[in-house]
Amino acid sequence: MQPSIPSDLDTGPRRAPRAGGSAASRWAHVALAPMAVTAIVAYLGAALWTLRVSLSSSRSLPKWDFVGLAQYARLFHNDRWLLSLENLALYGLLFVLACLVIGFLLAVLIDRQVAGEGVLRAVFLYPYAMSFIATGLVWQWLLNPELGIQSAVRSWGLRGFRFDWIVDPDRAIYTIVIATVWQASGFVMVVLLAGLRRVDPELWNAARLDGIPTWRVYVSVILPLLGYSFATAFVALLAAAVKLFDAVVAMTQGGPGIASEVPAKFIMDHLFGRANIALASAGSTVMLLTVVTLLAPVLYARSRARRVPS
Amino acid sequence: MMRNLAVSFLALGANAAVVAPPPTVEVIHWWTSGGESAAIKSFADAYRAAGGVWHDSAIAGSEQARAVAISRILGGDPPSAALFNASKQFLDLVDQGLLNSVDEVASRQGWDQVLPESILSAVRIRGHYYAAPVDIHMPTWIWYSKAAFRKAGIAGEPATFPELLAALEKLKAASLIPLAQGGQAWQESVVFRAVLANVGGRDLYLSVFRDRDPRALKSDALRNVLLNFKRLQSYVDDGSPGRNWNDATALLITGRAGVQIMGDWVKAEFAAAHQVAGRDYGCIAGFGAHSPYIVQGDVLVFPKTANPDGVRAQQLLARVVTEPRAQVAFSQLKGSIPIRSDVDASQLDICARQGLAILRDRTRQVGNDEIYLTPDQNGALADLLSEYWNRNLPVETVQGKFAAALSE
Repeated sequence: MQPSIPSDLDTGPRRAPRAGGSAASRWAHVALAPMAVTAIVAYLGAALWTLRVSLSSSRSLPKWDFVGLAQYARLFHNDRWLLSLENLALYGLLFVLACLVIGFLLAVLIDRQVAGEGVLRAVFLYPYAMSFIATGLVWQWLLNPELGIQSAVRSWGLRGFRFDWIVDPDRAIYTIVIATVWQASGFVMVVLLAGLRRVDPELWNAARLDGIPTWRVYVSVILPLLGYSFATAFVALLAAAVKLFDAVVAMTQGGPGIASEVPAKFIMDHLFGRANIALASAGSTVMLLTVVTLLAPVLYARSRARRVPS
Repeated sequence: MMRNLAVSFLALGANAAVVAPPPTVEVIHWWTSGGESAAIKSFADAYRAAGGVWHDSAIAGSEQARAVAISRILGGDPPSAALFNASKQFLDLVDQGLLNSVDEVASRQGWDQVLPESILSAVRIRGHYYAAPVDIHMPTWIWYSKAAFRKAGIAGEPATFPELLAALEKLKAASLIPLAQGGQAWQESVVFRAVLANVGGRDLYLSVFRDRDPRALKSDALRNVLLNFKRLQSYVDDGSPGRNWNDATALLITGRAGVQIMGDWVKAEFAAAHQVAGRDYGCIAGFGAHSPYIVQGDVLVFPKTANPDGVRAQQLLARVVTEPRAQVAFSQLKGSIPIRSDVDASQLDICARQGLAILRDRTRQVGNDEIYLTPDQNGALADLLSEYWNRNLPVETVQGKFAAALSE
């Protein structure tokens, strides 16, 4: 089994049978055509349309004039956009790291055949199956200093207890990390568990014979074997981080002030409420370029790594 | 065969001549909460009573509702009418020729005489009327809980801004939440407008929002407004950030908080808790006999259609919703005040009556910020004010960015 996203992008000309004669391959192309057309028209077309709008002076409706890079200039003079990018970088780093670490630990925990594996797996995966608009609201209540954890602990007698990150402009973004890590770790766990289950039991037997401690086997032997599973989880987490929106809307609405704003919310706000689709399109284009720049080296390295042995 | 067809066509034609189809409208709006949906239903009933058919398309969330309306207009499947705020939100639609005007209704009802100036300026574009106003809200009422005021030993209603600050101090000393504030950008911007109107006054309000006068933007008077705005922040509780406006109102209803600055839609919350204006809570429109009354309205726009039946249905809708009796019935449910001055006010509550009386004085009317600013400028300003409210920024920096936000 191969991770889905990289393998999609891998089927370049290198893989395509060049023989050109076989009928099977021709039919394969015919069968793929609708998908290819959809991808080109819907994705590429929409991306080009967005790029074009970002070079215009459009407000609530698209206009086809040309103002050069004026919207981009405005974007990068906008405090909220710059803070959104900063937040996204910080959030993305912490979110991806924490999910991978926690997801891996959970997967190992279950892999060690603890009792009630099925129940635990369901419990860990459950948050991922729920809409964040609902669970985000519960997190908001839990974290609210007047209603949630802080006031509960205080009512138990610890009068000096403080946990008010969600109303603290310097810490609000961390509460988003906490809540979304809670949600996404289960997904990582499932992906990595699938990888762990494919590890050859002989490896464990060999390690046991050599008297190698279990943790050492995980770190030095199993981790490297899980490369593809990690890559899959990584790409999915990165995509989730970049499009982060619902958690912020449900928990902080970008506040206090603009402290927990993120690019996707900036784009949505300007697309509709603020009736400035040109600026929103400029933001979307910047995000697209960022993602491509982030992913390109990963995909390139992987495609090279696979080409070498063949 | 041909004859059969011809006969059935004739029959169809005859039918149409005898019973014209009743005027039918589909209305997109975002009024989904209890009081709101009761209010829009009163319009639907009035329209049916006038012989029309009303199809209701309620979409939760004003932005979503407007986005749906705009995309349906652009997609060639427009609704008969869509709700917008009385603002520049539909200016692009007018410029692109996508709306029908309702000039005939406007002139027959004499809108020029009975509508407040700022509402008129939003619906009348280059001499044509492109929207029917349906309500007037005032976003910066100062509400107070009489129970909380009693507990804090505050004798009378504050009559000046310093007296309001003194009352807030007393509430704080009594361990109550002085200012019940929902910490969301739009609510913080409501508080700012209240301070600008009451501390800065009408002239400053207009030169900042309407004229965007560079001198006013750099003035000490605006600086003083900003400082007083920030000062109010010291009276909110820790749970404020992110709170919804109605949760803030609930703090007043339960007597845990003293004051809330918010639009007159909060009356629906008080009413739902069986509290009565003047008995359980008080309302202050502004300080002094000349305080400006900020007019915020909602309007219905009528997307272009060439179909004469559709136009007729739109005209009927514009007429029905602006009639005095429909206006009073609607206002009672919505918490707003009628759009026109020539109505029977006796059935309205004391706050609405007070508002209506103030509104008769044209020199006290000013438009809401969205009448003067584009949604984009308004949003940039809201970001800035929210940032200032929640962080410790030097007022000079904020004032500089204030001018920049309005110049975009």
